[in-house]
Amino acid sequence: MTTLTLAKALNEGLRRSMEDDPKVLVMGEDVGKLGGVFRVTDGLQKDFGEDRVIDTPLAESGIIGTAIGLALRGYRPVCEIQFDGFVFPAADQIITQLAKMPLRSLGTLKLPVVVRIPCGGGIGAVEHHSESPEAYFTHTAGLRVVACSNPADAYTMIQDAVRCDDPIIFFEPKRRYWDKADVDLAAPGLPLDRARTVRQGRDITLIAYGPMVKTCLEAAAAAEEDGRDIEVIDLRSLNPLDVDVLTESVTRTGRCVVAHEAPVFTGFGAELAARITERCFYSLEAPVLRVGGFSTPYPPSRLEDHYLPDLDRVLDAVDRSFAY
Amino acid sequence: MTADAPRGVHAPPELVQLLTPEGERVEHPDYDIELTAEEVRSLYRDLVLVRRVDLEAVALQRQGELGIWASLLGQEAAQIGSGRALTDADMAFPTYREHGVAWCRDVDPVKLLGLFRGVSNGGWDPAEHNFHLYTIVIGSQALHAVGYAMGIQRDGAEAATIVYFGDGATSQGDVNESFIWASVFNAPIVFFCQNNQWAISEPLEKQSKIPLYKRASGFGFPGIRVDGNDVFACLAVTRRALQNARDGQGPTLIEAFTYRMGAHTTSDDPTRYRLADELEAWKLKDPIERVKAYLFKNQLADQEFFEKIDAEADALGKDVRSRCLALPDPPPRAIFDHVYAGAHALLDEEREQYLTYLAGFER
Repeated sequence: MTTLTLAKALNEGLRRSMEDDPKVLVMGEDVGKLGGVFRVTDGLQKDFGEDRVIDTPLAESGIIGTAIGLALRGYRPVCEIQFDGFVFPAADQIITQLAKMPLRSLGTLKLPVVVRIPCGGGIGAVEHHSESPEAYFTHTAGLRVVACSNPADAYTMIQDAVRCDDPIIFFEPKRRYWDKADVDLAAPGLPLDRARTVRQGRDITLIAYGPMVKTCLEAAAAAEEDGRDIEVIDLRSLNPLDVDVLTESVTRTGRCVVAHEAPVFTGFGAELAARITERCFYSLEAPVLRVGGFSTPYPPSRLEDHYLPDLDRVLDAVDRSFAY
Repeated sequence: MTADAPRGVHAPPELVQLLTPEGERVEHPDYDIELTAEEVRSLYRDLVLVRRVDLEAVALQRQGELGIWASLLGQEAAQIGSGRALTDADMAFPTYREHGVAWCRDVDPVKLLGLFRGVSNGGWDPAEHNFHLYTIVIGSQALHAVGYAMGIQRDGAEAATIVYFGDGATSQGDVNESFIWASVFNAPIVFFCQNNQWAISEPLEKQSKIPLYKRASGFGFPGIRVDGNDVFACLAVTRRALQNARDGQGPTLIEAFTYRMGAHTTSDDPTRYRLADELEAWKLKDPIERVKAYLFKNQLADQEFFEKIDAEADALGKDVRSRCLALPDPPPRAIFDHVYAGAHALLDEEREQYLTYLAGFER
């Protein structure tokens, strides 16, 4: 066991990927000497050289577009988008090219490109540095979308993502970058497209991913004192969705709350609520409830504690579910 | 130039030309080329055949057999000249109009038609031909080409990349970003811009206040303008630029000064925005007629040769037509194929549900 922060776990995972496969490249803004603004790529350029850890010009569309070209030549680029709110200049390349080119080629082309995006709020940042754009990408067929929530998963999920032959949007919960945990560097991880039940419970199912998993676990611990036994599921993969794990859980508990930082309206929780309702209708004691950001742009950071769902807002939703 | 003046009719002085519209060979101090009679006849054949395929495709669209077609009429020399400059190891990234380059890369024309007929969104294996899939979003492929060229650099391979785009695409951010990337990484790439004077209805003046090839200097690499209707010049200039790229001298921007003699696509009506005089003036610069005149004048080909090529073109047109009409619609389940390389639970579920639903109609 090694104690690692989530950022360091990603770093170790990337290092392992680069050691295992000489075709793996890291590219992005400031990923070289600086090691990325969150230090996720710290030391990689020193050890693997400037040809494999590429400091790019400051243009996100260029990062993804050239990564596609490198992938066409047989490389496996791992792109860093510096902050969630800066992915939009690259959205055209991601949506019209990266996601669709394998289909266009009738399967002759593979695009093993990983797009790493630090996501979410809670770090007191200025505008465009705290967003949760996952629904834009889960809505785009051809992409896989995953979100890690803890150091152990970060370590294996980034390696699995690099090995995957499909393009992947890889969300990293930036306010959890500094969370520490023991990581077994030799242990195999859960397959990339599988959800994990991170706490078992009988009374209600909480579903979360990325930064909200920790919040939901804290909420479950607090609710235990009130005699409520909450199950918490970490989705890990948003597309594809491990719907069987969700169905089994909600069929058993009869109640479900979905939590994410992104706005609730047409957020990923809407898909979860619909799908669970379709699958578990006769088992549900209450509608699937959603907790998340408001239908506003992300607020100035002095207000973000109101915007981000916290333990109390999650438990409020749990109370509302039980009130049915 | 006023807005209504025929544009591009008077060739600017910086333009590299090796064969005049009248079929006279002219010398150029930097870009001369030695071509055997056989090579010239072969270039002529390519020009005629791709024009014939294009003509057939337009007819097929008019008859309702293709949803749309983007004609290359007038741009044959730019495409055949540059396409023939490529080695097998070089990689080409086209727009959706590079039917002539596709021909040079041995892509079956029927596969191009299949895309416009709607049986696939691509349909050939890019690695088999070193000819990437058609890209419809304007300019996106420029970045793919630069990334591919960066891969060539890392492989230490003796190869270069060429990317095609039009005058309109030079306004796209992706094309400008690709110039920056290619420049700072010294990527082995040739940017081949076919300036056909029109981006659908918008004339060149809406895209640039300076000649397009001059854009390159701001990015730190050479730009050159070539007579895009002169297949000799296009071949010579592109060959040199590709060799420079392979030799580690970085990118070149080539502006092939040409003219889109047809509509943007079969859905377009150019009579709404351009003068008939302009088209008539450009017809005098036709890329095929000048090679024919050169072959005649220099007695490099006789009437029998031209008749043979015409007959071959007609046979090709008929063949392309019959095979296009025979293209089967893909089965419904093909919607779900190749979206992902690996298994995907949601798609598996949707495929099964939809096929079950369809089977319900067969009972």
